[in-house]
Amino acid sequence: MARNSPRTLRRYPGFRWVAGGCLLLLYGPMIVITIYSFNSIRSITTWGGFSFDWYLKAFNNPNIQSATANSLIIAIAAATTATALAVAASLAMIRGPRFKGSEFGFALINLPLMVPEIVTAVASLIFFLAVGINLGLTTILLAHIVFCIPFAYMPIAARLEGIEGFYEDAARDLYASRWETFRYVLLPMMLPGILSGYVLAFIISLDDFIITNLVAGPGATTLPLAIYGMVRVGFTPEINAISTMMLGVSMIFVTVSYLIGRSGAKSKGS
Amino acid sequence: MAGAVPGLSNSVALGIMKPPSTDQVAVSIKSVVKTFGEGPGAVTALDDVSLDIADNEFFTLLGPSGCGKTTLLRIIAGFEDLTNGAVFLYGDEIEQLPPNKRPVNTVFQHYALFPHMGVSENVAFGLRRLKHDEAAIRSRVSEMLELVQLDQLADRLPAQLSGGQQQRVALARALAPNPKVLLLDEPLSALDLKLRQAMRVELKQLQEDTGITFIFVTHDQEEALTMSDRIAVMSAGQVQQIGSADDIYERPVNRFVADFIGDTNLLEVKVTGTAAKGAVTCETGQGIKLTCLPAGAPKKGDRAHVSIRPEKITLTQPSRAKDAIPCTVGRLIYLGTDTQCLVNLDDGTEIMVRNQNAHGSALQFGTGDKAALKLDDGAARLLMD
Repeated sequence: MARNSPRTLRRYPGFRWVAGGCLLLLYGPMIVITIYSFNSIRSITTWGGFSFDWYLKAFNNPNIQSATANSLIIAIAAATTATALAVAASLAMIRGPRFKGSEFGFALINLPLMVPEIVTAVASLIFFLAVGINLGLTTILLAHIVFCIPFAYMPIAARLEGIEGFYEDAARDLYASRWETFRYVLLPMMLPGILSGYVLAFIISLDDFIITNLVAGPGATTLPLAIYGMVRVGFTPEINAISTMMLGVSMIFVTVSYLIGRSGAKSKGS
Repeated sequence: MAGAVPGLSNSVALGIMKPPSTDQVAVSIKSVVKTFGEGPGAVTALDDVSLDIADNEFFTLLGPSGCGKTTLLRIIAGFEDLTNGAVFLYGDEIEQLPPNKRPVNTVFQHYALFPHMGVSENVAFGLRRLKHDEAAIRSRVSEMLELVQLDQLADRLPAQLSGGQQQRVALARALAPNPKVLLLDEPLSALDLKLRQAMRVELKQLQEDTGITFIFVTHDQEEALTMSDRIAVMSAGQVQQIGSADDIYERPVNRFVADFIGDTNLLEVKVTGTAAKGAVTCETGQGIKLTCLPAGAPKKGDRAHVSIRPEKITLTQPSRAKDAIPCTVGRLIYLGTDTQCLVNLDDGTEIMVRNQNAHGSALQFGTGDKAALKLDDGAARLLMD
């Protein structure tokens, strides 16, 4: 027991240096971006004083405005659809009878996690062109739903696996139909998993670049595409401001997801 | 207030009186077979089980784990479909009905209280699904919570209750829709000993007060013996014996029942003849002659077993009397009220004797002493398997 406690872990030679180096590499750039987003001059290397100018500029940039709107619409629609599909899939995989090819089904659900993203992106692009769907928001949304499903599925399935079957037996025993059993017992008990699956899918959709870039077509732009476009032209603290805001949104979502998961684990009790 | 009326016996004060007892059959199990899986890996959980449970009865399914008792309970509740046979509830065939269409409720082993609902919502769940009106639900819930003395805790979540309190909520929830039959799946196994003993008395009282037929599943013979009107002893998917507590302890029909209920000594014997009052005489391999009451109809020359309960043997000083069996005292175990003594017959057969310390009989012996065994009248029971 004592071996694994943080106190003894710190005694390993070089632990401080390795840990410090990792933390610096991970969080150093983000801290720099955040600091320079408040720079008053048009430089990302020298500090000219504190201001909110770049945030105002970002807010008033029509390209950023429309890209943000697109990103949010797609993230909400993709996360909602993917979560609904993931709930249905988890019920079929975990509560349904074992069916022929159920392992294949499981692999299929999780395929987007294993396949290199660029391969999925190219394949999706070819598919959309082949069936003749015009590239745009629709194709982005379809692609996002597909790769969001495994991210929504994982926490939902983990939650459902932790719910003992006797709760459903008890509901059925107390005169609940199959639908009422789901509606009044299983769904509320799955809710923490569903919410964290939703949040995860939302974040994954919000910051996807590779697939979005290939299936977006000429007109439709999401926030990551807009940022990339701006970076190619030249680096300004405006990008820092946008990145900082995205970072903030992600952190809020991850925190919320964590808190929900924790309260779920607590309410499950013994 | 709760302290004034001990246990769950609030029910009388609430006017839930036992209806007149009838000879009606509540649950009838007819030639039920249940197999899990298919082909060579198939497991037979129930192998042609038939039994009738009377209206208003406290009926217990008793057996070791894996004997099929829980499967049978789940078949009555509707959670398992049967491979063959039929199940009747007050004369109606029910095996095609889903669990939510059967007027039967269950108290689960782990209570299965819905963790996201408060105590009163848990109790109200069945009534809501049955579409009772709100006022009726509220009055029934408070009646039930009063019955199990949890009216003070109506707004708590299950996680905020002790094991014993959760148990009572589970009972109230299952009784609220006023089922025709209440199924209890080892409901006391998760409680500690003291609480378990108290709940035995309360459950029996509750059954008598409500007049609902209880079908109780347990592997704990003490639970079964103290509460049940009748007990079905099960093993390997078959009913071995059905009878009162007294029947299965005093008059087991086979070796499994004799061995499973309480402690016993089993000796291999050969039937030698008949004696008065339906008794038979038999002889062990080393020539000890016994007179015993048989289960079944033995014939002279049959090989069988004799079961003798350890408390029906008295350890005495060596004696030349005809019915005294010489032995050597082995290990003595002091049990408080009793002393348990393992003795060896001359051929090495080990016999367990348990004598009350009030008589002081076993305590005067030491390991290695020569002694004799004397059997009570009717102590030996001949089992034909």
